[in-house]
Amino acid sequence: MFNRILFNLFQVIVVLVFAPLASGVLSRLKEMVQSKRGPSILQPYRDLWKLFHKDEIVSEESSWIFRFTPYIVFVTPIFVALLIPVLTNYPLFFAFMGDMLGGGFVLSLGGFFAALAAVDTANPYGPMGASRTRMVGFLAEPVFMIVFFTVSFVAGSTIPYIVQEKWVTPLANFFAPSHVLLVLAFLMLILAEGGRIPVDNPTGHFELAMIDESKSLEYSGRGMALMKWGGHMKFFVLMCIYLNVLVTPWGLAREQTTGAVLMAIPLVLFKIFCLLLVLVCIESSLSKLRLFRITEFLGAAFVTSVAAMMARVFLP
Amino acid sequence: MSETTNQLLDNLNALAAGLFLLTAFGIVAMRQIRGCLNLFIVQSLLLAASAALLGLRHQSEHLYGVALVNVISKPVIVPWLLAKTSPAEVYTRREIDQALNIPTSLLIALALAILAYFLGTPLLNSVGPDFRGPNVPIGIAGLLLGAFTLTVRREAVPLLIGLLVMENGAFLTGISISRNLPLLVELAIATDGLIIVFIMGVLTRAVQKHAGTTAVGTLASLKEAAPEPTPNEVTK
Repeated sequence: MFNRILFNLFQVIVVLVFAPLASGVLSRLKEMVQSKRGPSILQPYRDLWKLFHKDEIVSEESSWIFRFTPYIVFVTPIFVALLIPVLTNYPLFFAFMGDMLGGGFVLSLGGFFAALAAVDTANPYGPMGASRTRMVGFLAEPVFMIVFFTVSFVAGSTIPYIVQEKWVTPLANFFAPSHVLLVLAFLMLILAEGGRIPVDNPTGHFELAMIDESKSLEYSGRGMALMKWGGHMKFFVLMCIYLNVLVTPWGLAREQTTGAVLMAIPLVLFKIFCLLLVLVCIESSLSKLRLFRITEFLGAAFVTSVAAMMARVFLP
Repeated sequence: MSETTNQLLDNLNALAAGLFLLTAFGIVAMRQIRGCLNLFIVQSLLLAASAALLGLRHQSEHLYGVALVNVISKPVIVPWLLAKTSPAEVYTRREIDQALNIPTSLLIALALAILAYFLGTPLLNSVGPDFRGPNVPIGIAGLLLGAFTLTVRREAVPLLIGLLVMENGAFLTGISISRNLPLLVELAIATDGLIIVFIMGVLTRAVQKHAGTTAVGTLASLKEAAPEPTPNEVTK
């Protein structure tokens, strides 16, 4: 019992500590592909440090939503990290609180409040970014739904710890068409939800073209730091769900010992590094889509997820 | 062969079939002609992979023959023939218009794929358990999606690719229900496809020369090749 609470805390600490690193590695790798030197991989930590030491300015016109949102954005990925398998392949202390659907709802709560806060200040760019994020969001939602339905259809459960075992027992299941197509569809979702390149340019600083970034334009100081850190963690948690639940449970701790759990940290980080390499390839070879082409990108994701479902039905 | 190997081969074959379905959707929705052609090449390779895997699974040399014919004819000869016969500027165009917008045609394509499942299930129930697999419904879906591509596209080369997708779908169904098709038949079908490509390519060139475009969907009215129009008629 005590062990399980401890391991749960480990998961949260891993997410807190390594999430900025993942973002730093990703941006560094991208710059290297473009033959630039790029910022240090520790740059996100420095940014956070700097922001935490700056004064915070809050508009007098804004309501409590604006003040609370950074905390909600910061806390929701931590909640999800309690529910999902980050390091272990057996359920931990808090895992009973929600399944994959629950995790999805908690994650989208942060996005919901971020959109509200962007509208709250009446900054002209905030509502624009908020409405665009909502557009991407409601196009991504059906794909999420179908992915979850297919997962529960194949594995007979939406509890991540049961689902992840299903893909590798027996090993031939790994190559089942529904599994591979789901993995493809969810990769597209990560690109859309994480604001990565075919949908949104995370490094762009041109307000009119922003989707995700413009929601935090009004924040400064500690609020901005929390929003940024929350963004890094959301991306990290999405990658963990993708790699550990939907792709494979390989590399996760199987024994209930501290050593095994600590051993799982480098293995999981290695898996995330491999995914980052894939993301770098995608981001460097595609260009950002025009706003109204995003429908087609997410339409492709939807078709992929439905094809996964149908491939499952077609198998007698 | 052992049970696990068989299971693995079955799953890999199903994977090839699933990706085959995905490429068929892609061909319905792809904007660029070049992209359409590339997807078709991938689809033919997946068809060949499925044939080879089924051949390995059921120890049938005929299916290896099918795989070989497919690898040679579609991914290599079809693009070569198209490049030879149809005008080169067809490939430089990026945007091609469709009768319906892309999300709508994708949704209709999904409905067609589900229809294919309902068409395929009774067929599957009437054959032995050895022949059951994802190939039959997905092959029928490929057939329907190819026909759908034919109806929504307005450009000559994608229309041709729609025809070839129909043929691929028929092949995918065929290889799972007939293990001992004579190689002669396979060769005949493959040559048939090539001749279709040849004729269509030449036709595209002729259309382009005559009408100045390959967007055949806009060529709705009959035009006599007779005298030059008077200025009055032009303003109409």
